[in-house]
Parts: sequence; structure tokens; C-alpha cells
Amino acid sequence: MSQSYNRGLIEDFGRWREFEAGMWAWIFHKFTGWVLIGYLFTHIAVLSTGIPAAGAGEAAIAAGNDVYTQTIVSLEGLLLVRLLEVGLLAVAVFHMLNGTRLLLTDLGIGLEAQDKSFYASLILTGAITVASVPTFIAGAF
Amino acid sequence: MAERYSSFQSGGRMWFLQRVTAVFLLVVLAFHFFLLHFVHHADEVSFLASSARMEQLSYYSLMILFLVTATFHGVNGVYNALVNQGLTGTKRTVIKWTLVAASVVLIAQGIRTANAWAGIGLY
Repeated sequence: MSQSYNRGLIEDFGRWREFEAGMWAWIFHKFTGWVLIGYLFTHIAVLSTGIPAAGAGEAAIAAGNDVYTQTIVSLEGLLLVRLLEVGLLAVAVFHMLNGTRLLLTDLGIGLEAQDKSFYASLILTGAITVASVPTFIAGAF
Repeated sequence: MAERYSSFQSGGRMWFLQRVTAVFLLVVLAFHFFLLHFVHHADEVSFLASSARMEQLSYYSLMILFLVTATFHGVNGVYNALVNQGLTGTKRTVIKWTLVAASVVLIAQGIRTANAWAGIGLY
């Protein structure tokens, strides 16, 4: 039978100097998870403007004068929203890469290199995020 | 035997479902980002374009499945994080059912929105 591992409270940041790669991976995975579920609720709330928009006339929809199109276009016109989207991408990419690492670890694959795979997740997240900036910012200026 | 580092109870049904949904979400979330940020661009979004995608049964069903799995994975993750932080007793029960209720509302609202785009009368 496996035994549980007492990490202590993650809020106890006074311990941060004791943390090793695996602990940081655990904290980052948790933090990015909280951001992603928070974003999912916000995302559906914003997309819900599609419900009243469906009642707009065909001409208004064709001209993009419905509340959904107007809401998204206004939001995407803000540089702050574009920058937040880049942040969201970084958070999602890290959660996906570290999540893959966790799935493999659960299968017993790469246990001996779990610290290296965490660093690789961080570097790859940075590279994908930086490479995506031009696409995410396009048209914001 | 090696110590376990997971927040989830070993071998539990929720642990297993969290992993299965993770595999599905890895693929579909990557597709979602790629389609809506790289194939199409954020500032080109319109009701017409969203409708055109959602009127296809394959896309509509994939997005509904995406919504359900993402909600489950996210809310189950939050619940387990809280349990891991020491949530027990009545508080645990209250939070569990609050999260279940929030999930139901989120999924219902997402389906209403998808139906509005797809031209399905139920929204």
C-alpha cells in the first residue's frame, strides 16, 4: 500500500527555499489549474452574449451589429485583453505540458528524470508563448 | 514502495476520470487554441462565423463534450485541491455540492450558447 506524502500547506511560503523541482511543479500545476477553471467560467459568461445576439435580425447579424460580435470585437480591441490572452496561453501550455509529465509519471515513465522534465516544461512553455505573441497581438494596434 | 505525490486517492474512480479527461483535453484544448487563434484570429470573431462552425454536428458535439470534460476536470481538480488542503466534514459536503451546482449552471449555460449559435430552438 502506498503511503501519503505530507507536503504541508502550500500557503506556507516561508518554506519556499526548501522546495525542490517537484514541489514547484505541484504548486505551478495547482496555480495554473485555478486560473484555467476561473477562466472557463468567465469565457462561458462572455460567450453567453451569443444568446441575446441570436434574437437580433438577420441584417444586424450580417453587419456584425449584434451584441456578441460587438462584445468580442470591443474586448479584442483592448491591448490589455490581448496581453491577458498571451498570459492565458502560457498558463494553458504549462498546465498541458506538466499534465503530460504527470500522466507519464503516473504510468511510472520518466520518474528518475522528473525534475528535468519539469524544467523542460517551463522552457517549452516559454518558447511556445514567445513564438505565439505576434499572432496573439496582431491587429491590436 | 515509492511515496505518492498525487492529490488524489490512489486507484479511485475520480483519480481515473481526472486522467482520462486530461488526455482528451490535451488534444481538444490544443485544437481549440489552434483553430481560434491561429487558423482564425481573435479579432475576426463574429456571430456568423461562430454559427457556421456550430451548425456542423461534429463541431457542436465536440464542443459540448469539451465543455463537459473541461468542467469536470477543473471542478474535480479544485475539489481535490481543497480536500488536500484539509477540507473535511460539513464544510467539505457544502463545498462539494456548491461545486456540483456551479458545474451544472456552467454546462447548462454553455449548451444554451451553443444552441443559440447552432440555430437549435432550445436556448
